[in-house]
Amino acid sequence: MGRNDLARHALGDNRPMSTEPRLTALDALHRSLGATMTDFAGWDMPLRYGSERDEHNAVRTRAGLFDLSHMGEITVTGPEAAALLDHALVGNIGGVKAGRARYTMICRADGGILDDLIVYRLGDTEYMVVANASNAQVVLDALAERAEGFDAEVRDDRDGYALIAVQGPESSGVVKALTDADLDGLKYYAGLPGTVAGVPALIARTGYTGEDGFELFVKPSDAVELWQALTKAGEGVGLVPCGLSCRDTLRLEAGMPLYGHELSTSLTPFDAGLGRVVKFEKDGDFVGRTALQAAADRAASAPPRVLVGLVAEGRRVPRAGYAVVAGGEVIGEVTSGAPSPTLGKPIAMAYVDAAHAAPGTTGVGVDIRGTHEPYEVVALPFYRRQK
Amino acid sequence: MSNPQQLRYSKEHEWLSVAEDGVSTVGITEHAANALGDVVFVQLPEVGDTVTAGETCGELESTKSVSDLYAPVTGEVVEANQDVVDNPALVNSAPFEGGWLFKVRVTEEPADLLSADEYTAFSAG
Repeated sequence: MGRNDLARHALGDNRPMSTEPRLTALDALHRSLGATMTDFAGWDMPLRYGSERDEHNAVRTRAGLFDLSHMGEITVTGPEAAALLDHALVGNIGGVKAGRARYTMICRADGGILDDLIVYRLGDTEYMVVANASNAQVVLDALAERAEGFDAEVRDDRDGYALIAVQGPESSGVVKALTDADLDGLKYYAGLPGTVAGVPALIARTGYTGEDGFELFVKPSDAVELWQALTKAGEGVGLVPCGLSCRDTLRLEAGMPLYGHELSTSLTPFDAGLGRVVKFEKDGDFVGRTALQAAADRAASAPPRVLVGLVAEGRRVPRAGYAVVAGGEVIGEVTSGAPSPTLGKPIAMAYVDAAHAAPGTTGVGVDIRGTHEPYEVVALPFYRRQK
Repeated sequence: MSNPQQLRYSKEHEWLSVAEDGVSTVGITEHAANALGDVVFVQLPEVGDTVTAGETCGELESTKSVSDLYAPVTGEVVEANQDVVDNPALVNSAPFEGGWLFKVRVTEEPADLLSADEYTAFSAG
């Protein structure tokens, strides 16, 4: 095995040496379940509890339980909260009705993506913005700066919430057993306040797995009780705890981008094939409008590179940063790669030159540590759940 | 699963069986397999290759990482486990048995191989 410390190598521990890791309210519980922990954005998080492949398959066929308390919650309130968010973000936030949520992005003036977000409208003048753990501070600072001149308040609520997700075809049965809230009436990308297992929760029908599921925002002091109640309610259907490792393979199969891989400040939403989140028709100016209009025009006429899916013919796993090759030339770069439990083969997302981006393009390979392994170009996503 | 008493161990988390007719079997320990997670691809040395103690002779790839496989002894590879190539999950489910990696005709053994108890202490620390 590697000469470096075995655990560090295998787990990609990259925590800065000077700071202590942050712990979620469920930390002791994860350790008691035998979780292998890892550093993620300065948080100690469960990577897996046993076999990450078994956890992945559980979410696809039954249900899985995730601790996502590292995500960053920012509350935006006030008479001009909607106007502020319309100015600060690329989507039409003013058009979101109370009780609904929207996937959107926050960009720089040059169109570069600062983060992808979900914005929940909690009331007439109250919104919750959920940012990735690694970008939460950047998003908070940008929103606070962009709030200048708006009658609205931006509040850091990261410490106010724990977040537990139940994902998989059996998830609605599990959550229904613990709440009187109308889950049948709760559509995808909607949220409603309720009580689950006796604790107050925002119940959101959102997720990052490609399955039906719920994300439950609760007080940190209620997290352990909720987790244990969900565990018990899920026993009959084979609910298992799931870590960040299978979270990554699930979202990859579902073709969902991950900031720092498919999304970065060097890319616009159009580069990532997500131009649909930019709403030019909304009233008023928004940060990045001019640059993004140019990006939209470029994407429509001559996109330099396109985000595609790649499926392996062999067994070697493509990794972020590996070159995509064709005819002996580099024609792209892998942004994410992993073995796909559902497809039974390694898969990747990659940015490739437009000329090689059509599904079915032949002659494409990935340079895996010096060997060019053949890959098939496919349209995203790799997996879609049956409705 | 504890570390079998009859095997010896390297600090790179490989195990070595007692030689029969000069041939020993090599694998990785349960501790190593657990740290890797689900193994999805194994690259083994080929029959006829010479492996050198302490040098890399293959690769083990899991969901999140790739790790070098080091030879715990010097010698000639006489067999590579095709079962593990076809079904890498054997390394996780049976690291000391069906998940063996290759067999080597040993010509030289380093002095610092560990006993089961020494390895248990080493890998816990």
